[in-house]
Amino acid sequence: MISRDSCPRIAAKARLRYDRKAERYMLLYPEKGLVLNPTAADIAQLCTGEHSVGAIVEQLAAKYGKEAPVIEREVMGFLSALSERGLLQEAP
Amino acid sequence: MSGGYRPYTLVAELTYRCPLRCPYCSNPIDWAKRRNELDTETWLRVFREAEDLGVVQLNLTGGEPLLRRDLEALIAGARELDLYTNLITSGIPLSRERLGRFRAAGLDNVQISVQDVTAEASDRIAGLRSFEKKLEVGKWVKELGMPLTLNVVLHRGNLDHVAEVVALAERMRADRLELANTQYLGWALVNRRALLPTREQLGRARAVAAETRKRLRGRMEIVFVMPDYYSEYPKSCMDGWGQRFVVVSPDGLALPCHAAHTLPGLTFENVRERDLAAIWSDSPGFNAFRGEAWMPEPCRSCDKRAIDFGGCRCQAYHLTGDAAATDPACMLAPTHGLIDTARSEALDGDAPPFRYRSVKIAAAR
Repeated sequence: MISRDSCPRIAAKARLRYDRKAERYMLLYPEKGLVLNPTAADIAQLCTGEHSVGAIVEQLAAKYGKEAPVIEREVMGFLSALSERGLLQEAP
Repeated sequence: MSGGYRPYTLVAELTYRCPLRCPYCSNPIDWAKRRNELDTETWLRVFREAEDLGVVQLNLTGGEPLLRRDLEALIAGARELDLYTNLITSGIPLSRERLGRFRAAGLDNVQISVQDVTAEASDRIAGLRSFEKKLEVGKWVKELGMPLTLNVVLHRGNLDHVAEVVALAERMRADRLELANTQYLGWALVNRRALLPTREQLGRARAVAAETRKRLRGRMEIVFVMPDYYSEYPKSCMDGWGQRFVVVSPDGLALPCHAAHTLPGLTFENVRERDLAAIWSDSPGFNAFRGEAWMPEPCRSCDKRAIDFGGCRCQAYHLTGDAAATDPACMLAPTHGLIDTARSEALDGDAPPFRYRSVKIAAAR
């Protein structure tokens, strides 16, 4: 389970790539790719295993000038979608 | 008239050569006549041209791609272009050192196939002692910290072993398991009577896959590909002809799918002679089945035409003789009886012996 204290990291099988044709980020993994919206791309870029979920929320709340609970819902939603697909691992 | 189509995936068939002889190989029957393989420089140029067109995924496949001595250079070139690079291999022949070089060159994923869950059964399909070696290669992949896909082609002889396949995938710590029912084209069509399963076998295997998917959610991705001989509607083959995939054959033909060059009357161009962007956008072969103008009834007025695009053109041709026919796998196709007949023939009486992939049969065609 992902909590505020977890430090999520994109799984080894997935790789973030900027798609210059469509000017967006994609998360690529075997035979598949997820197209990321700008918020999701920001979250994914912070999933390096060095930042806690709480820290990611704080950073993005400041960046977008939104309330932390609003951002937290987005972050948790995206992270659990990744986790269900096996695209996330917790930092050791 | 590429109509804004963009390829996302390049399937690079580096060679048709392979030490295995699986009787369901998807390579063309006449593979042995196509030995004039592209060189390293040409492949690297094709990768650049593909990336420029929008490709983000690269499948290095064959035949057996490990037989290319320049595989390290090809992987490094792909990684320089930031392509997500997946090596699709039997694992034969490979050393741990070479696998380490692939990793250092930036390989993203390794997909290994096994043919069944015991050495005896797996090697019987492969026509080569290879099972134990494949498991060893799988172990190296994980030891080197790389993601592993395990692929098993399913048919009558191994569909009842899907639970054991899952257990094997778990032991191997696979990140993804592909349970891919045989597609009856190429060598698999030659061996269809020996390979087609029963509906009951499929139902049981599918249930195991569904249960496993739930149990391993988030840990292992489980893909179960239904055979279209038992589906009501045809497959959305390649996500539509010339829409998202480009295949380049070992001898350089740019194709909408790996069997497109078996269709008569279509012209496909060679990447040696023209750049990929031009081929993709205006070669007659790529445009032959784009859009809906080519569709016959019942496809043309079908509300599923934008979902399955009329199914597989190669299957339509190889079963009906007309590449522009509705895929007979569709229950609405006027030729659907061909599928019913094939099923009942296959289940009636003893299975004939396999005709293994070989040079001899290939040359005789």
